[in-house]
Amino acid sequence: MTERREQGGRGEPILEVRDLVKHFPLTQGVFFKRQIGAVKAVDGISFDLYPGETLGIVGESGCGKSTVAKLLMNLEQPTSGTIRYKGEDITRLSGRALKAVRRNIQMVFQDPYTSLNPRMTVGDIVGEPFDIHPEAAPKGDRRRRVQELLDVVGLNPEYINRYPHQFSGGQRQRIGIARGLALRPEVIVADEPVSALDVSVQAQVVNLMERLQDEFGLSYMFIAHDLSIVRHISDRVGVMYLGKMAEIGTDEQIYEHPTHPYTQALLSAVPVPDPESEGKRERIVLEGDVPSPANPPSGCRFRTRCWKAQQRCADEVPLLAVPTLFEGSGSGAAHPSACHFAEERAAVVAA
Amino acid sequence: MSLLDVRDLAVEFRTRDGVAQAVNGVSYSVEAGETLAVLGESGSGKSVTAQAVMGILDMPPGRITGGEIVFQGRDLLTLPEEERRKIRGSKMAMIFQDALSSLNPVLTVGYQLAEMFRVHQGLRRKEARARAVELMERVRIPAARQRVGDFPHQFSGGMRQRIMIAMALALEPDLIIADEPTTALDVTVQAQVMELLADLQREYNMGLILITHDLGVVADVADKIAVMYAGRIVETAPVGNLYRTPAHPYTKGLLDSIPRLDQKGQQLSVIRGMPPSLLQIPPGCAYNPRCPMARTVCRTDEPPLYEVVDERRSACHFWKEMFDAS
Repeated sequence: MTERREQGGRGEPILEVRDLVKHFPLTQGVFFKRQIGAVKAVDGISFDLYPGETLGIVGESGCGKSTVAKLLMNLEQPTSGTIRYKGEDITRLSGRALKAVRRNIQMVFQDPYTSLNPRMTVGDIVGEPFDIHPEAAPKGDRRRRVQELLDVVGLNPEYINRYPHQFSGGQRQRIGIARGLALRPEVIVADEPVSALDVSVQAQVVNLMERLQDEFGLSYMFIAHDLSIVRHISDRVGVMYLGKMAEIGTDEQIYEHPTHPYTQALLSAVPVPDPESEGKRERIVLEGDVPSPANPPSGCRFRTRCWKAQQRCADEVPLLAVPTLFEGSGSGAAHPSACHFAEERAAVVAA
Repeated sequence: MSLLDVRDLAVEFRTRDGVAQAVNGVSYSVEAGETLAVLGESGSGKSVTAQAVMGILDMPPGRITGGEIVFQGRDLLTLPEEERRKIRGSKMAMIFQDALSSLNPVLTVGYQLAEMFRVHQGLRRKEARARAVELMERVRIPAARQRVGDFPHQFSGGMRQRIMIAMALALEPDLIIADEPTTALDVTVQAQVMELLADLQREYNMGLILITHDLGVVADVADKIAVMYAGRIVETAPVGNLYRTPAHPYTKGLLDSIPRLDQKGQQLSVIRGMPPSLLQIPPGCAYNPRCPMARTVCRTDEPPLYEVVDERRSACHFWKEMFDAS
């Protein structure tokens, strides 16, 4: 199945991100602000998103995954680097050209409680994109379009005049998704879309997103900290740590053959709801916390918590590349991994 | 005699829209050295039950309408507030989900930890502070002596949760209630904190009630599980059995609806609908509108907690079918 996706789903990437950097300045002083440093939220990230695929991005809080989402949406200006949408660098666009691109890249937010305006009806919320892009739907047609959208996401179209507080969390997230779909975008950036939902409702929303992807041929950038959900929905997965991409590959490469120690630790730390396999798994419990992105360690960012770290890791920044050990081996381990000592670890996720 | 025995507890909240039946006849027990996991989605009554046990329920609007909470042989609900306050903190303690909002932001963590000893044991400032440092070391906070004067915001999420644990442990209680202790933490930190909690529990031989919505977290630490739905316990079982042979359709639905790390599924199976409003719990079995097995009797008769086998109970009229099928 993975192969089918890889060959059939490829072609030209719809989004090409190259060396994306976002530093937030830290300033001191009230009148004469001096820059005393920078939070290196995203520090040189590259990846592609292909039409019709789902790229999952996982990482812990502070790794920069949400900043990547904002940069893709053009809600933040990158410090450097490019984001190409169908070959065109969107970081330099403004005005009408930017608006046209934005129509094709839409976002679904994490918290369905705060991302919907409580004073607007569902009809207004879902129809608001049409106010900004009137060419997407003629004025007289909007109400019908909104009802159609509600139907598509599994809400009763008669709810069009209700307010957000009259819905449960899962339903609100459906409203958020309907709004994201309104302009028929090609790419949807979903930042933790199911994290705030109850377990039994999470599955409903994940299934809905998968169905919509098939129906509308959407590309998803699915950002989450829950590794199980990311595996479920993604074709490819990127693992981020402290503003850098640690490892990227197909879901099978990442979950069955991780070569970066951070990915291995992350996977081993995920609790599995099955006491039997839980007993057989070997846990890697990492020491300490994620360092501050304002003052990241030299060389490899992960070295302060890594059990393999050596002098070389402090001196040299590891590049995100297929490890020479596995190059051309055809094994699942042959995918980009930013570690000097990348190797497979047997049965990190023992089934 | 159990360390804690909750019997038929019922709690309701009076709201503007009516009376919300948050807890409807919940019974569970915890022994010394045992971990009970209480599992449920939001609104299932798992936290309210725990708050009633701790005696920190907001009353009003909350009201305990029935049942008893027997702790070390005494029914807490009949004790005067003065007595309960002595038990709280020294005999039973609670760890909350959000450490940042549970710690006082304008006091140093050392002061807050030392306060426990000064108030409950009448220790002097200096002694109390030394004990605070000791505690911080015990929950493995690096450089405890230097950090004792730091404020909560200077610690990371995982470290703050350790301070919460230290505070709960301070007076060596017999029972700890941890309400979603790792939900706000990152995966790698979550593993550290759970491990610490399990180690300390063994060391002190405490009873532990672990409240969570995450089936994964409890799998390797709990001894037994109680699954709650709409203010009732729908299934209780020793931990291994529950995952292998769920005897209630809700438990099975939950287990099936979580994506697995080690399996790439096609489509997640789904529990249709959503949890009921506590203002209007459906008659009969509260789960019947969402249940794939529901029949007429489920809409009329509330199922009791049937005994399935030793130590296993299920509140489903058709537990036998469930049990035989799995």
